[in-house]
Amino acid sequence: MKILYFAWLKTKLQMTEETLPWSEERPDTDSLVRWMKSRGPAFAEVFSDLEVVRIAVNQEYIVGNTALNENDEIAFFPPVTGG
Amino acid sequence: MIRVQREIFDVGAEMAALTKGRTDIGAVVSFTGLVRDFNDGSAVTGFSLEHYPGMTERELAKIETEAKARWDLQASLIIHRYGDMALGEPIVLVVTASSHRQDAFDAANFLMDWLKTKAPFWKMEKGEDGETSWVKERQTDIDAAKRWSADSQE
Repeated sequence: MKILYFAWLKTKLQMTEETLPWSEERPDTDSLVRWMKSRGPAFAEVFSDLEVVRIAVNQEYIVGNTALNENDEIAFFPPVTGG
Repeated sequence: MIRVQREIFDVGAEMAALTKGRTDIGAVVSFTGLVRDFNDGSAVTGFSLEHYPGMTERELAKIETEAKARWDLQASLIIHRYGDMALGEPIVLVVTASSHRQDAFDAANFLMDWLKTKAPFWKMEKGEDGETSWVKERQTDIDAAKRWSADSQE
C-alpha cells in the first residue's frame, strides 16, 4: 500500500510518502489509523484529532470505514484550502 | 476543461479562447482568485500552494461535470495553479459560458464554492517574521458549499 501525506501532516511527520505491506493488522482505514497512532509521538499527534484529517483511497474521499488492498493508494491530508 | 499548472495565466486570453468562433454563447462569467497580502489580520509576505496530483484533476473534473448537469452551460474552464506565487498574482480562474447570464453566474458561484471545499489544494503563507504556516479552512467556505446541497464534503 502506498501512503501519502500532505500539508501539515507531511511537515509534522517529515515524510511525503511511504510503502506499507498490506497486513491483517490493518485491513481497513479505521484499523490503519489506529495503527498509525501507535507508531510514535509524531504520528500520535497527527492522528489525535480526526476532525482535521481527511482520508482518500485511490484518489477518492472515503465515506466511513473502507477496506484496503495491497495496491491501494491511501492519502492523509488536512481540510483543503485552495481557490 | 480543467488545467492544473504552475505557470501564471492571462484571464482575457483564456476567456477569448473559450468563446472564439462561438455564436451560441450569450453570457460569459469569470472569477479570478488572487494572492492577498493579508489573512486573518496578519501580513502575508509569501505564498505557496501544494496539491495532490491526480486527485486534484479528478476532483475538478467531477465538480465541472456536476455544474454541467445542474446548469445549461455551453462551455466552462477551471484553471488552478500550484507552487510558489507572488503577491497579487492569480491563483484560480473559473469561466462559465451560457446562452443566458443566470446559468453562467450560478454555475461559476457553485464551481468556486465546491472547489474550495473539495479540490485537494493547501495554501502555505509566509508572515512578516518569515515563518511559514499552513492556512486553516474557513467556516464561511464550508457554509457556502453546503447551500448547494448536502453532498458537499464536510
